[in-house]
Amino acid sequence: MKVALALVLSLGVVGSATAAPRGADLYAQKCASCHGSAAIGVPEPRRGEGQLGQTGIGPPLRGVGALAADFYLRTGYMPLRDPYDQPRRKTPAFGDDGIRALVAYIASFGGPGVPRPNPRRGTSSEGLTLFTENCAGCHQVAAEGGIVTGAIAPPLQSSSALDIAEAVRIGPYLMPRFSEQQISNRQLDSIIRYVLLTKDPDDRGGWGLGHLGPISEGIVAWLVAGSVLVLVAVVIGGRARKEQ
Amino acid sequence: MVGGATHVTRRLVRFLDERSGSAPLVRRALRYVFPDHWSFLLGEIALYSFVVLVGTGIFVTLFFEPSLKDTVYRGDYEPLRGLKMSEAYRSVVEMSFTVKAGLLMRQTHHWAADVFVVAIVLHVSRVLFTGAFRKPRDLVFYVGVVMVMIALLEGFLGYSLVDDLLSGMGLAIAYSVAMSIPFFGANLALLVWGAPFPGEPAFESRMYIFHVLIFPLALALLIGLHLLLLATRHHTQFPGPGRSERAAVGLPAVPSYAPRSIGLAFAVAAVLFLLGGLVQINPIWQWGPYELAQGTNGAQPDWYLGWLIGGLRLMPGFDITVGDYTLVPNAFWGGAAFPLVVFLILFLWPTIERRVTGDRGFHHLLDRPRDRPWRTATVSAFISWVAVVFLAGSADRIYVLFSIPYETLIWIFRVLVLLLPVIVFFLVKRLCVELQVSETYELRRKALEEGAPAVPAGLDR
Amino acid sequence: MRRWLIAGIVLLLKRMRRRPDRKRERIFAEAPPSPVGELVVLLLLLCGTACAVGFIVVYGLDRLGSQTQLLGLALGLSFAFFAAAATVFAYRLVPTAEEQEPYPEPDEHPDDEREVVQIAEESGDRITRSRLLKLGVAGAGTALGAALVVPTLSCGPFLDVDPLRRTPWRRGVRLVDSLGRVLRADDIEEDTFYTAFPHGAPHEQIGAPLVLVRLDPSELKLPDGRKGWAPEGILAYSKICTHAGCAVALYRTPLFEPTSDKPALVCPCHYSTFDPAAGGRVLFGPAGRPLPQLPLEIGGGGTLAAAGGFSDAIGPSWWGVRRT
Repeated sequence: MKVALALVLSLGVVGSATAAPRGADLYAQKCASCHGSAAIGVPEPRRGEGQLGQTGIGPPLRGVGALAADFYLRTGYMPLRDPYDQPRRKTPAFGDDGIRALVAYIASFGGPGVPRPNPRRGTSSEGLTLFTENCAGCHQVAAEGGIVTGAIAPPLQSSSALDIAEAVRIGPYLMPRFSEQQISNRQLDSIIRYVLLTKDPDDRGGWGLGHLGPISEGIVAWLVAGSVLVLVAVVIGGRARKEQ
Repeated sequence: MVGGATHVTRRLVRFLDERSGSAPLVRRALRYVFPDHWSFLLGEIALYSFVVLVGTGIFVTLFFEPSLKDTVYRGDYEPLRGLKMSEAYRSVVEMSFTVKAGLLMRQTHHWAADVFVVAIVLHVSRVLFTGAFRKPRDLVFYVGVVMVMIALLEGFLGYSLVDDLLSGMGLAIAYSVAMSIPFFGANLALLVWGAPFPGEPAFESRMYIFHVLIFPLALALLIGLHLLLLATRHHTQFPGPGRSERAAVGLPAVPSYAPRSIGLAFAVAAVLFLLGGLVQINPIWQWGPYELAQGTNGAQPDWYLGWLIGGLRLMPGFDITVGDYTLVPNAFWGGAAFPLVVFLILFLWPTIERRVTGDRGFHHLLDRPRDRPWRTATVSAFISWVAVVFLAGSADRIYVLFSIPYETLIWIFRVLVLLLPVIVFFLVKRLCVELQVSETYELRRKALEEGAPAVPAGLDR
Repeated sequence: MRRWLIAGIVLLLKRMRRRPDRKRERIFAEAPPSPVGELVVLLLLLCGTACAVGFIVVYGLDRLGSQTQLLGLALGLSFAFFAAAATVFAYRLVPTAEEQEPYPEPDEHPDDEREVVQIAEESGDRITRSRLLKLGVAGAGTALGAALVVPTLSCGPFLDVDPLRRTPWRRGVRLVDSLGRVLRADDIEEDTFYTAFPHGAPHEQIGAPLVLVRLDPSELKLPDGRKGWAPEGILAYSKICTHAGCAVALYRTPLFEPTSDKPALVCPCHYSTFDPAAGGRVLFGPAGRPLPQLPLEIGGGGTLAAAGGFSDAIGPSWWGVRRT
């Protein structure tokens, strides 16, 4: 373990970024149990080395680049309590400095950098078309999230432009990975523009009900309209005065 | 009343009576007695929702183009600009965005449809729980059940006409269910759709004529029949002092009951227009136009067809096959057999109860649910059965909200479908008996305290 | 109608006979006026009127934000006030004494019933060969009914279900994306999915759309007889679910296979889950048969084309469809 750590450290230094040495430390403490020393991954479950003594297992991180490191750490997807869990969005476990350090460390192994989306270049109508074709099957057409057998496709209401750009290129957990060949950066800008629009969509019909469609509408029909009208019926159908 | 007005009334009545002989009928109609109980108004809520449906429906028809012809949207709404879509979808987007009061009317129309069926379900439950379906009103009941079926189809067509993403997916499922019907399903589907899915362009016209003319007309006629049959037999009433099988006791239509009913009509319209203006329903511009090769997660029909999607989702994956040939495809069970069984039970219920109880008599007095534990328990079990399947239709959202894996949920629901009705049956039966017991006990205690004779249970309300 | 009339008249006569000359006896018991009630009703009517006028005003305004909400509020409140007015009216300003009305008896009209039956019987009195005549009438009725119903068969190919088996895919048809660009084998990457259509055929037909994925050829477990259907591990399946006809628009593909489920195509309607590595086998959900697979070949310039028709009928199943 010590040897591995030393190796990690040296590699980090070679990686040249100033934050990298600290990143290597953090990595060794928080990530190595599942992703292996020097980011070589842990393909077979290892007993007792994860957090809380859980089984450590995880993919190698060599070559995933700043792209993946930035996404997983900023969104709080990593670290994962149980490697078999679906990563969910939560408060990041590291501060900005820590994230920078870890990202630099992972980036030192090579791989794609952090993308720079510019949703203003896109058009939302192209975004809607592409989103419907590639994303709505799981994330729901208004980006309110959905499911696939085995995982939840999270709602995208709290995703930033960068989150979306990164996720599309990475394909976290069970999500497909879309390369630039399949979805160009321009097209990705359109998709992001559309998704950002769904955070505050055109609800000119009134209260948006979470943009889920019939489920929430049915709840309103029963609980609001149904109960109000039953109440009205109770008032209007009140007892008549007895024959005097 | 002022003398002049009386004079006018008298002349009007005379004028009509001389030409139609309607005075006796009018007199009886005016003094038609409405027994009072709030639950008797549930059917009226449905009736007035239907009136709002027709009114708003006529309005939206003025702007809707029932055509699947391709067109391109060039309006103000950015996410749709330049997209290829059908005339039908474009016209509904335009109706929502550029026609004054268009969105209000469209949304009110849709809410009215949702509330129409809510009221119907409550009304049917009331009828089942209180035994109002017994002779001489079984015919009224059958007409009602037919109307429920038409109402569901009518609602589904309205949802499907718009040709947004959800419409299209719903139609794909409807097509598949039609195809799955044994023996002639494929023939039927081809006949209705005119060609393999998505069908020929005329399919939109076919839906349209049924949605705006044939089904509404059928509903209107059946509502008329329902009310006429009911009026000739009179309303039922709950037992109570002075209530008997011989005469209905209640308020005469005019002047006492009519203002109440008018008030209810206005209240229904108020709720529907408030919802239509304040709560968004089916924002089709957010769903986008339908394309055959696309789909969205969590696609749902309007709530009143949710039980069918539940049935489709709960069914374990098997087709009935012989050798290499499919006989009964899976979609048949959840999408066709399940609703058929539900409606069959509804149709047969009066007969079943007659057989079981041997009671073939006339009944104008209603039962309080607790006084018929067997019926109340059975009806509760039946409703809980449909309700579980209904809930299973949104298992995917339950997964998103509560992180219980979908496969687990489906298995839980499969067990519940079989188990819950049984539990509900025994629980409700027990509850009814308990209520009766505690009631008699209470009456006896009161009687002892006051030294008055005990009132038999079931007559005090 | 006549019966109603008679019933009404009889009732009327009875009533008149009962009190022959007291012309103006009250029908409803007298009740004191309720000035407060009248005032409340008037006020409610006024409010309702104001709201209705408000609706008209809002309607008349142009370029108003939230116009739908204001319109709904105005009209809804107007109705609500009128509902309240009617309710107060009903409770305070009209007689509210209960009345009785007799329920119909089981044998309400025995004579009429008998007469109806008699009419039905006597109508057929003169007929001697009644069974033959009935047969004739029934036959004529059925034939005429059928003749009138038969034109509805113009709606579609009723007897011929062959169109269901027809798809635009045959050997050599190239694959294009939704914008019509020809797809090449090099375009198809692992861990993602593509929607493809037949070159030169309309996209909006149930047999057209494909879902395309690439898997490691060593992981494929295709059924017998599908050797060479997936060149380079590229697999094509009909995008239409065999359960209920929705587009199979989900591809779950694990980033790290040991900790999550294996790749699968999933339908978003009822979550039928298909295994692309095993010829579209059903892994979960209500689908009763696999997704039909389309054999592929890589043509000149690396373009993807169909190498034949689907393994099975596409789309939802029906009575008698063959399964693989």
